[in-house]
Amino acid sequence: MSSPLLSVRNLQKYFPTSRNVGFRKEKLQVKAVDGISFDLMKGETLGLVGESGCGKTTAGRTILKLIEPTAGEIIFEGQDITKLRPGLMTPLRAQMQIIFQDPFSALNPRQTVGKIIAAPFEIQKVTPEGGVKKEVAGLMQRVGLNPEHYNRYPHEFSGGQRQRIGIARAIALKPKLIVADEPVSALDVSIQAQVINLIDDLQKADGISIVFIAHDLSVVQHISDRVAVMYLGKIMELAKTEDLFTAPHHPYTTALLSAVPQPDPRGERNRERIILKGDLPSPINPPAGCVFNTRCWKVQEVCRSKTPELLTVGKSQVACHFPE
Amino acid sequence: MKNLLEIKDLKVTFPTDDGFVQAVDGVSISVAPGETVAIVGESGSGKTVTSLSVIGLHNRKVTQITGSILVKDKDESLDIVSAPLDKIRSYRGRVVSMIFQDPMSSLHPYYKIGSQLAEAYLVHHPGKKEEANKKALEMLSLVGIPEPQVRAKEYPHQFSGGMRQRVMIAMALMNDPAVLIADEPTTALDVTVQAQILQLLKDLQKNLNMGILLITHDLGVVAQVADRVHVMYAGRIVEQGNVDDIFYSPHAPYTLGLLKSVPRIGSRGSERLKAIPGQPPSLINLPIGCAFAPRCEYISLADENSCENLRPQLLGNSDSHKSRCHVPEEKRDKLFTAEIKGART
Amino acid sequence: MPRFILRRAYFATLTILLVSIVVYGVFSILPFDPAALTCGQKCTPAIVEANRVKLGFDKPLWQQYWLFLSGIFLGRTYGAGSAEFTCPAPSFGYSFNENMCVTDMLAEALPVTINLAIGAFVIWITVGVGLGLLAAKFRGRYPDTISSVFVLLGTSLPTFVTGLFFLIYVTIKWKIVPLSLEGFTPITESPVKYLQYFILPWLTLAILYAAFYTRFTRATVLETLGEDYIRTARAKGLSERVVLLKHTMRAALAPITTSAGLDIAGLIGGAIITESIFNLAGLGRMTLQAVYEFDLSVVVATTILAATVVITMNLIVDIAYGYLDPRVRMK
Ligand SMILES: Nc1ncnc2c1ncn2[C@@H]1O[C@H](COP(=O)(O)OP(=O)(O)OP(=O)(O)O)[C@@H](O)[C@H]1O
Ligand SMILES: Nc1ncnc2c1ncn2[C@@H]1O[C@H](COP(=O)(O)OP(=O)(O)OP(=O)(O)O)[C@@H](O)[C@H]1O
Ligand code: SF4
Ligand code: SF4
Ligand SMILES: [Mg+2]
Ligand SMILES: [Mg+2]
Repeated sequence: MSSPLLSVRNLQKYFPTSRNVGFRKEKLQVKAVDGISFDLMKGETLGLVGESGCGKTTAGRTILKLIEPTAGEIIFEGQDITKLRPGLMTPLRAQMQIIFQDPFSALNPRQTVGKIIAAPFEIQKVTPEGGVKKEVAGLMQRVGLNPEHYNRYPHEFSGGQRQRIGIARAIALKPKLIVADEPVSALDVSIQAQVINLIDDLQKADGISIVFIAHDLSVVQHISDRVAVMYLGKIMELAKTEDLFTAPHHPYTTALLSAVPQPDPRGERNRERIILKGDLPSPINPPAGCVFNTRCWKVQEVCRSKTPELLTVGKSQVACHFPE
Repeated sequence: MKNLLEIKDLKVTFPTDDGFVQAVDGVSISVAPGETVAIVGESGSGKTVTSLSVIGLHNRKVTQITGSILVKDKDESLDIVSAPLDKIRSYRGRVVSMIFQDPMSSLHPYYKIGSQLAEAYLVHHPGKKEEANKKALEMLSLVGIPEPQVRAKEYPHQFSGGMRQRVMIAMALMNDPAVLIADEPTTALDVTVQAQILQLLKDLQKNLNMGILLITHDLGVVAQVADRVHVMYAGRIVEQGNVDDIFYSPHAPYTLGLLKSVPRIGSRGSERLKAIPGQPPSLINLPIGCAFAPRCEYISLADENSCENLRPQLLGNSDSHKSRCHVPEEKRDKLFTAEIKGART
Repeated sequence: MPRFILRRAYFATLTILLVSIVVYGVFSILPFDPAALTCGQKCTPAIVEANRVKLGFDKPLWQQYWLFLSGIFLGRTYGAGSAEFTCPAPSFGYSFNENMCVTDMLAEALPVTINLAIGAFVIWITVGVGLGLLAAKFRGRYPDTISSVFVLLGTSLPTFVTGLFFLIYVTIKWKIVPLSLEGFTPITESPVKYLQYFILPWLTLAILYAAFYTRFTRATVLETLGEDYIRTARAKGLSERVVLLKHTMRAALAPITTSAGLDIAGLIGGAIITESIFNLAGLGRMTLQAVYEFDLSVVVATTILAATVVITMNLIVDIAYGYLDPRVRMK
């Protein structure tokens, strides 16, 4: 088996925060990402799903070292980049790119589209064959934008088109890794499908590895080779997409799958739903033992004291004392 | 009138600097007791504008509204489009209630939950403070908020998103309204919380025999809770029918396009999604013909040039299932039912 | 909550102390010999030297400051023997120009400035908030137009222009308000004379601020009216009056209170011009005069006093905000 493009080991990101207690400030930590590990192969898409606040964005940005990790290791192409200084990161940045969720705020409103897409060339100080302009026009063509719109500003484009601009910028330097942070969440279904197809095509053509962050399970299922389900900063289950969706092993995965309504009224009428009680606990003070124990319907005494490890169950990796 | 709500030929136009925005164009929808009627459509298709019309929340001075919106209150019925504002206010929150998309911003940050709930009752029952407080606690426990006495004294920021949406629902139910309008009630929530709220709405509806007008862009939510569905595109209803008709034998090319473009859990992931090309038209200068024509792949099945030049009417062989399209209905029915079957497997 | 107040009060006290050190230090470093200013034309080096000792200016700076500080709490005695005299606590020093304890000077000037500030504040907040509300409610119609003209005039005319206008036209030419010759009369003695003394200075000060608050209130209210929770209030069936005066005003209250509190503190500065124009015997005029005459004890005292007012108002605003905005209260 080939070696992975990216290996993440026990990655942690704690954000410091504080609370006033009388005259003192009590120091607290938001455990946004709390020890996740996974490998990403060349040309593979790994889906990262979970509810709001479970640490998907933080994980994605920490992997790219846009945020300094608190602990753990990030190994990119065999090189440990965890402690790499920003100066030494710059050449690596060409290899790893990010696509943001919000197509409205991620683009500088005062720059023309041409400038925005050309920015990576400028930052990395490279001049592509045939010049920047020609390259950008080619990129625009590739993502389905009209190259004649080179001099337009972002507000002159629709949400879907802006996302295409973001994608063009991300693929400009032919990166090996892209973290796509909810790239289609803000888009309507008909537009969402266009963008998903675009990402799919580009990846197949260029063999890019993608960490695809989303909260929509249907989208993740469609695009991912493997899926990691996150909850409160931890990975609950990691498996091949097909295995995860046909035979979920973690109670949280099961509940999540059962909560997603499908565009199939007859199926919906006969469906038995697992409705979780309560809300997500705070990542400042996560439950002891298994972090899911406050909402799990299978919870036992041991779940409150002992944290389950991510272990192999069937073909999947599952962090649960009582997997399905 | 057996329906609780009857919207007839509603047109809403906003004059703007760039021209007239025809946000809603000839929408007719009715809601009967105990029924959930859904409006689906993409962003900007006019769903919210329609729902705000029903409780008369548009500024009449700057908005042109025509058509009628009849709301039934016992033996009386009121046309929201033309009635005096005082009369409309007496209906708001009492006969027709509304819950909004964003529970984070829809509650007043400076008033206690309990007093916000009680106020909804007091508007329509002046002076009955004690009753209002009692009802507030009752409603909070009805929507599944534990320890209502304690929580009523708290402020919105002390509640999670899901809890706040429960509070919004409780507030909407304070006067036992006949119709509840829910504008994207779960869009801002996580799936597991969405499942809780949808379940809650369903249970409440069963017990209170309310009519619900549910507005959403999520086809999954529609499939889960709706009895009848209206699909909107560019301010018009392009198809309406029972939920099974819409999902298993859609008649409008747009509905078909939507259904084919959603990724489904369980379908083969390696296959490409069937996206609808292009994007929705601007509402300022709608094409004279079919608004969907620039994106439609079935134009060739219709009479030559009809799609571009003639606006299709909302018609159907059965009263319950209608659509707007120039292609003969029989043709579409066969073709689309087969296509959708192909997409499901 | 009380703990939070205590914590803030503690920091406020520290800040005031720090400010007093800095102010005292800065004014003492200035290249004026305070002792040289203490005697008139017939000065001899011997007298200056004697006064230097008498006032304690011969001591090192930190000792001088310590004497100043302890004087505030314990009172202070100057000179010795037959020339000995005492400024009782709280003592803020002694002014040789006026031959008075600074505290006594403050005691005379302070009521004038306080009355000026409070009166102006009441007028500006009523007019500003009222007009702002009207402008927001009738946005784009004539109350809005009128208020925007007022805002434009009020913000573009400097205080000394409005003040001089009032003085020259209203008092001298048109004689609507007679010139007040008797000085400050407390309202309890004669409300008419009190009003005569203050009405024009009040208006002068209030107009500028009223204009700011009209604009600020209008903007805040309009912004609040666009909030989702206002739509919720309307959806309940509440009348526009309740929506505006209860739900909208409640939300607008916190920002308005905050800036009003801070602006009151700023009035001390504004008072200088107004008091000079109308010849009011207030703190502002006193400070200005002291600056002209290099009366450092007075300048130090008023500067520290002004800083104390600003810091105290900040404290009050913080506490008030905690009460007004429950989201802050909880933290
Ligand atoms: N800079 C920061 N400082 C403090 N806390 C932070 C910071 N960034 C994120 N957090 C917290 O870390 C947790 C994880 O946030 P993150 O944005 O990674 O979640 P997410 O899974 O991407 O959620 P969403 O689906 O809402 O985007 C949250 O509780 C968040 O409040
Ligand atoms: N007050 C207004 N003035 C001008 N145009 C408006 C106004 N309110 C809505 N519109 C326009 O009317 C159209 C329909 O808006 P509406 O809010 O009903 O869409 P929607 O279907 O609810 O979309 P979404 O899913 O994004 O909520 C949009 O193009 C919008 O820009
Ligand atoms: S470890 Fe226990 S609480 Fe956690 S998911 Fe498994 S059964 Fe539930
Ligand atoms: S009328 Fe023509 S353009 Fe419109 S949906 Fe039917 S076939 Fe398509
Ligand atoms: Mg995120
Ligand atoms: Mg809407």
